[in-house]
Amino acid sequence: MEILLAVVIGGLYAAGFYMVMRRSMVKVIIGLVLLGHAANLLIFTVGGLNRGAPALVPVEGAAPAATDPVPQALILTAIVIGFGIQAFALVLFKRVYQAVGSVDLDKIRTPDT
Amino acid sequence: MHHLLVLPILVPLIAAGAALLAWRQRRMQRWLGLAGAAGLLAVAVMLLVSVANNGILALQIGDWPAPFGITLVADLFSAVMVTVTGLMGAVVMVYSLVSMDPARESFGYYPLLLILLMGVSGAFLTGDLFNLYVWFEVLLIASFVLLVLGGERAQLAGAIKYFTLNLIASALFLSAVGILYSVAGTLNLADLAVQLPRLGQPGLITVLAMLFLVAFGIKAAIFPLFFWLPDSYHTPPLPVTTIFAALLTKVGVYALVRTFTLLFTQDIAYTHTLLLVLAGLTMVTGVLGAVAQMEMRRLLSFHIISQIGYLLLGLGLYTPLALAATLVFMVHVIITKSALFLVSGIVHRLQGTYHLKQLGGLYQSHLGVALLFLLPALSLAGLPPLSGFWAKFALVRAGLEAGQYAITAVGLGVSVLTLFSMTKIWTEAFWKPRTVQEPVRVLQGRERLLYFLPALTLVGLTVLLGVLAEPIFTLATAAAQQLIDPSAYIQTVLGGAL
Repeated sequence: MEILLAVVIGGLYAAGFYMVMRRSMVKVIIGLVLLGHAANLLIFTVGGLNRGAPALVPVEGAAPAATDPVPQALILTAIVIGFGIQAFALVLFKRVYQAVGSVDLDKIRTPDT
Repeated sequence: MHHLLVLPILVPLIAAGAALLAWRQRRMQRWLGLAGAAGLLAVAVMLLVSVANNGILALQIGDWPAPFGITLVADLFSAVMVTVTGLMGAVVMVYSLVSMDPARESFGYYPLLLILLMGVSGAFLTGDLFNLYVWFEVLLIASFVLLVLGGERAQLAGAIKYFTLNLIASALFLSAVGILYSVAGTLNLADLAVQLPRLGQPGLITVLAMLFLVAFGIKAAIFPLFFWLPDSYHTPPLPVTTIFAALLTKVGVYALVRTFTLLFTQDIAYTHTLLLVLAGLTMVTGVLGAVAQMEMRRLLSFHIISQIGYLLLGLGLYTPLALAATLVFMVHVIITKSALFLVSGIVHRLQGTYHLKQLGGLYQSHLGVALLFLLPALSLAGLPPLSGFWAKFALVRAGLEAGQYAITAVGLGVSVLTLFSMTKIWTEAFWKPRTVQEPVRVLQGRERLLYFLPALTLVGLTVLLGVLAEPIFTLATAAAQQLIDPSAYIQTVLGGAL
């Protein structure tokens, strides 16, 4: 399972970076979303993948092979932040499209105001 | 006593909340903005005094013991940075009262600025790597909105670069945090400082250090990663540019200093030498970019990058004197750079442009403004007895003592180029007779006071920092000792659990 997820995460990073380097703004947004997903899945995987183990462990005695809950709490935070930022990204890129009239990032020059 | 640690976060938060409730009352929002920033400055000074007297303070939120709960820590370095944040917040808030247009004020300028200050303070005070990520996002979101508030075409074009590159940095930061957690099983900075040497895998830690270097490097605008900065910083209104220039890149540098003194000290020969190389390249490219510019704010933005190089230089040398110099340089560059931006705003108010070709004759018509520009400009270049001289002097001395002659020579050479580019602004905007025949605006009464008071305060401080070099270096040396030998930091956070 870890091997499969490792390949998926690698693919997501590769696709994310590829999309971010495209000229079209829409593809850049998709790239940013993919990068966020890759980071979240990475943290999820490093927490360890154990199925069927209890989430609560006894105070004393040997702990069963439980999945570490901390990374999942981290991802929850990261997903919420990512959601907010992606919503902002969509609005920002739409306003840029309205102002510039193109989705081509190379057409956007910052003038000396 | 330890609850002082929460106040630099709570005060701006409460002021921002109150300002949001007073959405339709512009006057009320202005007062709340002022009160929030002044309150932040007050609690930050109290925190600094407390840390200077009692040593490092730590607070475990909700009394959860150290590696498990949320930790706030203030050592001298953090406390000084929070104090500077409060100072810059107050200064920019006063400047905004006259120079911000009513439309932007009505759409939440003051609450956003307060939230930005809250995020910056939180980033300086947190004792946990994941919380650092969260605070970074808080200040980034506030900065995104501040950058595009008003929605002019140039603002949007600049924001798109700033936004995309900072998001990539955040994704890298988050990935690095995840991998570090899987390696060490903790994200508490003090706990990490204990666990990482025990792992016995310096190679793996160095790889992680490089991931963090790229993530923080984008935010701090170091050499190959700075391109978002000069393309976006000159687009928003001047108070926004000033607060960005003062604080945002410095949070990145703070994170670098914190992680590369506390965590990533396993393979100094590799990591810190790399920092020195990056420092040299950052200094040189920044100042060469600045020399080529004809727009005042753009020129000053390139200087931000160049100064980041000096801060990295101190970190890369990694001796007590070098770190003390870095701290003094950080405070110095925040104050002088902001003063220069504020004066460029006054120049714009007087002659209606930032373009050096169209400016001129200010020395003749406004001697006061010319002096207000000259002092921080010379301080930035490093002329005695101003603050920049002592900061650079300490850096150069640390470089020579460490035997790093090449990088020290680069630092001195860049100083000359800094002076050259400042002379360029001076001759074009102040000495040259004015070619455009337009009436020069006159500032009077309240407007004059509110424009000049913030700039005067900062220029006064840069002179004061130069005069009071001795006590300031005593404080900075104490702060550097805490960074070089983190045992007190670890002991305070983890308590007896060592």
